[in-house]
Amino acid sequence: MSIDTATVARIARLARLPVDANAAPQIADELTRVLDLAGQLANAPLDGVVPMAHPQAQTLAWRADAVAEPDRANDLLALAPDARSGLYAVPKVLG
Amino acid sequence: MSWQPVIGLEIHAQLSTASKLFSGASTAYGAEPNTQAALLDVAMPGTLPVPNRAVLDKAIAFGLAVDATIARQSVFARKNYFYPDLPKGYQISQYELPIVADGKLAVRLDDGRTLEVEIQRAHLEEDAGKSLHDAFHAATGLDFNRAGVPLLEIVSAPVLHSAQDAVAYLRTVHTLVRWLGVCDGNMAEGSFRCDANVSVRPAGETKLGTRTEIKNVNSFRFVEKAIEYEIERQVRALENGETIVQETRLYDAAAHRTFTMRSKEDADDYRYFPDPDLPPLVVTDVDIDAVRAALPELPDARRRRYVEALGLPEADATQLCADRATADYFEVAMSALGGDAKTCANWVLGELAAALNAANLVVEQSRVSAPALARLLARVREGAISGKIAKDVFAAMWAGEGDADAIIERRGLTQISDTGALAAAVDAVVAEFPAQLADYRAGNEKLLQFFVGQAMKRLRGQGNPQQLNALLRERLKI
Repeated sequence: MSIDTATVARIARLARLPVDANAAPQIADELTRVLDLAGQLANAPLDGVVPMAHPQAQTLAWRADAVAEPDRANDLLALAPDARSGLYAVPKVLG
Repeated sequence: MSWQPVIGLEIHAQLSTASKLFSGASTAYGAEPNTQAALLDVAMPGTLPVPNRAVLDKAIAFGLAVDATIARQSVFARKNYFYPDLPKGYQISQYELPIVADGKLAVRLDDGRTLEVEIQRAHLEEDAGKSLHDAFHAATGLDFNRAGVPLLEIVSAPVLHSAQDAVAYLRTVHTLVRWLGVCDGNMAEGSFRCDANVSVRPAGETKLGTRTEIKNVNSFRFVEKAIEYEIERQVRALENGETIVQETRLYDAAAHRTFTMRSKEDADDYRYFPDPDLPPLVVTDVDIDAVRAALPELPDARRRRYVEALGLPEADATQLCADRATADYFEVAMSALGGDAKTCANWVLGELAAALNAANLVVEQSRVSAPALARLLARVREGAISGKIAKDVFAAMWAGEGDADAIIERRGLTQISDTGALAAAVDAVVAEFPAQLADYRAGNEKLLQFFVGQAMKRLRGQGNPQQLNALLRERLKI
């Protein structure tokens, strides 16, 4: 499978990463090689193999439905670059 | 050309739990911002999700109620996207293996038709935080109290063909989740929300048209209006030779229109993959049997019982079963009264519903309890008071003046069944209205009600109506 520069641009947009157009051909080439490596897996005989959701033979551990967390608003808000009136403030995303 | 709308709904029901899906933070609505956001909910590195057992039972209960398959093994997946109210950069959801699949729900429509709606899946996922776009100038405020609240996303097949049918289905699901106690159904607080996928296609065509998704509409009325608008918009666009763009739209209730929110990314772009922090969710027959044993009688079964065993009219049964609290109230009143289902239904759907409505209360908050209503109705049945007086007594009970008997006693409302007193009133009105008497005797039988009314007036409304009728008929004969 070959990745072209248009696909690189699309992936970059979806990942919200800035990609220099000059670097795109090299990234496309590297991604193609990564995919080719992964593509070798297509040769593995997988008939009758159930897809694995987790590498270990574990099942979920549950907890009872009870409130067990204190209010940490002040401590956590203090870590944010910008917090006002009890809210985290981020650059405007809509409107 | 005529067009067929095709609608599918994705309903998000917040599961009524005390704590979140993967953290021990409270889910109570209305707290100060960010006071119910644990380290996990704000995605602090090193924190790990531990699932809440209560959500499993609620999801199974819903699945059983819609006759669905409960997956013996389901998987939590990461749905990756970027938005400030999702601090992890992914939402924990279920993708390929949801806990509930292939269900169906019978939806009764106003015109008497029943629509069977296929429910493709219902999966567990966590809610996102809340973005407050108007909180600050040039900044968006974020409140993570809602982040991690458990949701059951209920996905219908695209089998609905009008805004009205879609809303009828939505209401049926709303009734069901509240009935089961899995969701409080509060739309104003966002605990029951709906996205509508809408497309149109030429009548007779089997291939689906390009769909748009209308996000987060928060009332039944707006869902109906938003879908209607979107159908019209798409038909108009197609008839003008335009193409429909697959996208997410928002509904502006004030302007009654939908507008583009964002172009829809393909499902693949969410890069779903099994969440390595969460091993598979395994459900055993024991788990399912335990939930099944605790299921209440479902709304449809109860409605049928009201019609078949209690002889209630279809419309009464449907209205009583619109929510479980109303149906329960009715049953408590009826069993306290010892039968007389129709009288109880009339009062619950009549006086009680009107009083609740006027006071803007739900039945759980009724100022007259079901046993208290039954005691009032027992007095009517015994003939101690008339149905008309009972309405006044009910109003007094509602106003907090005490029990039915106390009010009847205090106000001296006991019905007059004493033949002597009734006969005296009858004699008096016959003497007072000779012209009407002559008319009646000449064949104008409608005047009987006039005489009953006049006699009742003299008895200050307390005459026993059946006895009074009989006496008058006798007395008015030639």
